[in-house]
Amino acid sequence: MKQDATLHSHHISRQFNSDLEEIKNNMLEMGGMVEKQLTDAIEAIISADSGLGQLVGEDDASINAMEVKIDEECNRILVRRQPAASDLRLVLSIIKTVNDLERIGDESAKIARLAIELTEQGDSSKGYVEIRHIGERVRKMVHMALDAFARYDVDAALAVAREDVSVDMEYSSAMREMITYMIEDPRSITRVLNVVWALRSLERVGDHAKNIAEHVIYLVKGTDVRHLGLSGLEEQVKSE
Amino acid sequence: MTESNTEYAPANRSKFKKIDMSKVGGSDHGQSAEDLPSCLQVSNLNLYYGAAHSLTDVNLSIPSQRVTAFIGPSGCGKSSLLRCFNRMNDLVENCSIKGSITLDGEDIYHRSVDVADLRRRVGMVFQKPNPFPKSIYENVAYGLRIQGVNKKRVLDESVEKSLKAAALWEEVKDRLHESALGLSGGQQQRLVIARTVAVEPEVLLLDEPASALDPISTLKIEELINELKDRYTIIIVTHNMQQAARVSDFTAFMYMGKLIEFDTADNIFTNPAQKQTEDYITGRYG
Repeated sequence: MKQDATLHSHHISRQFNSDLEEIKNNMLEMGGMVEKQLTDAIEAIISADSGLGQLVGEDDASINAMEVKIDEECNRILVRRQPAASDLRLVLSIIKTVNDLERIGDESAKIARLAIELTEQGDSSKGYVEIRHIGERVRKMVHMALDAFARYDVDAALAVAREDVSVDMEYSSAMREMITYMIEDPRSITRVLNVVWALRSLERVGDHAKNIAEHVIYLVKGTDVRHLGLSGLEEQVKSE
Repeated sequence: MTESNTEYAPANRSKFKKIDMSKVGGSDHGQSAEDLPSCLQVSNLNLYYGAAHSLTDVNLSIPSQRVTAFIGPSGCGKSSLLRCFNRMNDLVENCSIKGSITLDGEDIYHRSVDVADLRRRVGMVFQKPNPFPKSIYENVAYGLRIQGVNKKRVLDESVEKSLKAAALWEEVKDRLHESALGLSGGQQQRLVIARTVAVEPEVLLLDEPASALDPISTLKIEELINELKDRYTIIIVTHNMQQAARVSDFTAFMYMGKLIEFDTADNIFTNPAQKQTEDYITGRYG
């Protein structure tokens, strides 16, 4: 059944309406925090700002707290309301999305730590173009995935999954470039390795954004599209 | 909690199989009703109480040896439909029925059908336990005695078997000859189920069997339903949606005398196809 974003209102129990509304809003708020954290982490590397890196690392605690809080609210709804159909799918996809968001938070904190190390290691900017480029793409993916969630937009979710494939390709070619740098100048290995870790984290962020997009498709269409690959996923979405 | 001696060990390579993910995901797993043999078939059923049109064009195949639940708001016709299966509506004045219901291919509304025999084959249990004011033993033996069975050995065997099937034997085996009215509500309901299965029906109709019972007795009845479905085709009417989700293999949602949706319980409760079903099971009806 096709669903839209106004679906989770109109229960006989108004309390239930507002409970569902609340977990969804809290999740989107958490998403906003994670997106900001990610943006700042990338910025900390690019502009060699270890102060900003420090701040991002500290943000992680509030994101973790958010995860625990939303999970608790979801537990409460499951126990007290025994939601069914689209309500059940909303609660399940929020639980899963929150998990992915928390992992994006972890990756961002990791990137921030690398920003501090890279800043201390001096000012060569090898690999920064790749970090900036992949970073911007995965940040957009996270944004699009959450936006798709807010609007129950399957097409936007599908676009995120497509983007992930192309980010993965860009990541592999960036990796080859980093290896070239290390072969050319072994003294740069320590530094380039840190760039490699940062790229790796960004690539993982893209995977988590894709997971969120899959949760959106499950929420709206009721079909589980994980582990199908892009073509399988598109096929599932098209079949009505 | 059940005790388990299972120890953790890494899996053997043979546990891993090549799996087609497109067949694992989605909500289409599980058998659909059409794939299963069916003993009860309803076609184009219309039911009128006088001028009131209570059931409209109901078409349904009840899968054999599965639990089918009818859900829907009060007055949607689920109990009326259930009562059609053993012709309980015959007892209602100016009730008329069009269309057909077949049990093992035979039209149960045909003139040649012996209604008493039909009701033996299609047993029914009601919302309020209705044991006869007799002993526990005589309650269960009643159906067989009516059929003319009088041998004590046969009756003893059947009583024990039926009470065991209804998960009541252990609780009453030492007081079989005491009055059935001394049992608790939950026990009485299981006694009534034992009485029904004693005559070895093919189909069991349960009309809100647990709605007058406490949660523990309710769970016992649900457990019993689960055990009985290996031998009987069970149809249950319930207002309790969680109960339908717990016990049924297939669920039919009815609204205003029409069958809106009939599908596996998994589909109905996670991803119903019809908006009306969705609204009802998520509590937006009204």
